[in-house]
Amino acid sequence: MLEFPKWKVWLVSLVVALGVLLSIPSLLSFTRYADAWPKWLPQYKISLGLDLAGGSHLLLEADAADAQKQRLQAMEDSVSTELRRDPRIDIGGISTAGGRLSFLVRNPTQVDAAVDRMRNLTKPLALTGQRDWDVGVVDSTRVVLTPTPSGTAQALKDAMGVARDVVRRRIDPGGTKEITVITEGGNRILVEVPGVENPEQLKQLIGQTARLEFKLVDQSANPAEVQQGRAPPGSQVLPMADGNGFIAVKRRVMVSGDQLVDAKQSFDQDGRPDIDITFNTAGARRFARATQENVNKPFAIILDDKVLSAPNINEPILGGRAQISGSFTVQTAHDLAVSLASGKLPVKLNVIEERTVSAELGQDSIHKGAIASAVGTLGVILFMLITYGRFGVYANIALVVNAFLILGIMAMFNATLTLPGIAGFILTIGAAVDANVLINERIREEMHRGRRIIDAVETGYREAMHAIIDANVTHVISAGIMAYFGSGPVRGFAIVLLIGVVTSVFTAVYFTRMLVALWIRRTRPRAINI
Amino acid sequence: MKLLKLVPDHTNVDFMRWRNIALILSLIATVASISYTVYRGLNLGIDFVGGEVVRAEFVQPVQIDRLRTEVDKLCGCEASIQALDKGDRTYQIRLPKPPGPETASNVVVSKIRTLLPRDYPGARVDAGESVSGKVSEELAADSAKAIALAMLGIAIYIWFRFEWQFGVGALLTLAHDIAMTLGFFAFTQLPVDLNVVAAFLTIVGYSLNDTVVIYDRVRENLRKYRKMSILPLLNLTLNETLARTVVTSLTVLIALGVLMLIGPQVIFGLAIAIFLGVIIGTYSSIYISVPTLVWLGVKPDSFLKTDDKDEAEVQPA
Repeated sequence: MLEFPKWKVWLVSLVVALGVLLSIPSLLSFTRYADAWPKWLPQYKISLGLDLAGGSHLLLEADAADAQKQRLQAMEDSVSTELRRDPRIDIGGISTAGGRLSFLVRNPTQVDAAVDRMRNLTKPLALTGQRDWDVGVVDSTRVVLTPTPSGTAQALKDAMGVARDVVRRRIDPGGTKEITVITEGGNRILVEVPGVENPEQLKQLIGQTARLEFKLVDQSANPAEVQQGRAPPGSQVLPMADGNGFIAVKRRVMVSGDQLVDAKQSFDQDGRPDIDITFNTAGARRFARATQENVNKPFAIILDDKVLSAPNINEPILGGRAQISGSFTVQTAHDLAVSLASGKLPVKLNVIEERTVSAELGQDSIHKGAIASAVGTLGVILFMLITYGRFGVYANIALVVNAFLILGIMAMFNATLTLPGIAGFILTIGAAVDANVLINERIREEMHRGRRIIDAVETGYREAMHAIIDANVTHVISAGIMAYFGSGPVRGFAIVLLIGVVTSVFTAVYFTRMLVALWIRRTRPRAINI
Repeated sequence: MKLLKLVPDHTNVDFMRWRNIALILSLIATVASISYTVYRGLNLGIDFVGGEVVRAEFVQPVQIDRLRTEVDKLCGCEASIQALDKGDRTYQIRLPKPPGPETASNVVVSKIRTLLPRDYPGARVDAGESVSGKVSEELAADSAKAIALAMLGIAIYIWFRFEWQFGVGALLTLAHDIAMTLGFFAFTQLPVDLNVVAAFLTIVGYSLNDTVVIYDRVRENLRKYRKMSILPLLNLTLNETLARTVVTSLTVLIALGVLMLIGPQVIFGLAIAIFLGVIIGTYSSIYISVPTLVWLGVKPDSFLKTDDKDEAEVQPA
């Protein structure tokens, strides 16, 4: 008991000092002395969860049906492009019914050539040996492309990666904010934005797929049939964005939003908000050629399958710049510009969970939590003092050191403190003295059995150890499961409990043992009051 | 300095004498608690059934009936409105999950966000949550899974660390504690949210804390006093650990009591659940965990290996 070598004293003291040092920046940041901490010292800080800092939490889920649809559409585009390279293959009756893409090859001798070209369009998938689409022929002239399950899965995975980046660029175009955008469970994206209390604008930004396309208006279509939803072959009927009827456009895309390099909100000659877009080199060339070939014909500007406007091409547009007008407000034009510049979402995202906390409520929680922590700690300290006297003082010093260590470790790992985390902190304060209670009660018992002081203290620490370890393992199991299953705030609670278990065993066992050993060695007490 | 001794030295309470009465009472209480929970149901928060919740703060006191009429008109549904303070200035407005698509519909919440400050100058929306049916189902399933897993995990740990009888005792104790706490939430109709589930998991850990300390001493005494019969041995153990049980429970209750009374209102449910769980856990560690050992036939030689047992018979200690 009394052998507590010098190096151990130094080591324990060092750990304690380090813990205190690491916790100070976080403690200061809750007060107005946040800038008082010298810059040359470690700057580790605990981050605050959204329930304390205020902000918005959104959980987005990919719309599987929309993902499927977009994938089919993309395949349809590449099939048309591919087959146009071989003029001998004449096709018709393109259909995307039933989640499959199929078309008719008019000349039966060209079916094999068409199938070969289709096979080249499909890609092999890693590991499985499967390809992302199955190519088959039915009724000897109809080529059918069916998405394979692993192809669909891979496409969704790729789409989620792209979607995550797009969402991040839309919320934070400058890349300067401390936001969280991560994919979860394969088809979800978690978005956390501190400081935003009204998430409507966020959702507006994220909600737009922002698929921009330019297509020629089909002037040969019969207006009456168009309003009934029927379009000539090679064309399709789309609704106007302002709700004013329908319009028939050619299926072939002149240029798409993929070929944009920039989009900005601006104003037209009449002072109405519009969007200036700039194409990349390839896009500019395509746009120039298409406008040259179609002077004096109208073309449609289509966003997410709705026609924003259908202006006339008065002259070829050669510079790769264009304006998009529609019935915009400054805000909607700005949002659309951000969405266009950040790229199109490869899949539509639905908000399936939303939580918002105002900064005021968060501040109030911190304030009340801090007071409750202080009062609770004082209550426990007082109780330990009147129950165990000097040994209670040691337990109390350990308790305070423990509080600093928990904060210090959280700061070191940049852990997030949530409101339930504060509850976990208070709970740990109440429970951390358990080890000292076990030890002190055991010392009391051993004294009653007639052991001498040093012997009693030594046995007390040794025998209590079994119970301390066993009892703390139960906490580790329940807190570990909580950390694994829990979401956000609850995980914050579990993490504080886990850290608290480890630090409390250190402070309650090693640290108090050191204090007691040093005291006994120095004073050689004849009697102890416990 | 005269030290406080809540449990006097040489306390000798015959706990085991009342074990059958305690068992019957506990059994009745557990069954009653479960039946009541099933009959009355829990007040499940939107975390588990989906829907929308808005927490609004007003500058002036607001009549709850007026607020209700306005919100009902806004959403075309029946909102449940609850005052969160005594001054009628903080309200929680809860809206049911809208029928239809599986997405969280925040239409009503955003309407409330814009309308409240207009009709009540200075009013502020402090928090808004909306959870879709899909997410709430997952959260409910995950929570149930987590609690079951924690109970099993701890029971298995105790089985390995002690003997199978101790594992069964721990599991019964946990089932009792969870059932009683559930009954409390059914009775008070306090909302059950994710934080309360965290509290249940904590109870699983803390209730067992007491049990483990007592079991640890049972094992120690079984090895030490091989000739003592089981009932006096368990009584001795309970009395030896009683002071520790009382002191530790009190320190936890002091900390949690403070949190409950003056802590942030958002985590009141979590604080009161653990507070109650600690009290129930203290009782059950004495009257459920330990008596179970008697019924499951734990004997002084339970901790001896088979060949040690033979030796023990040949050479009694």
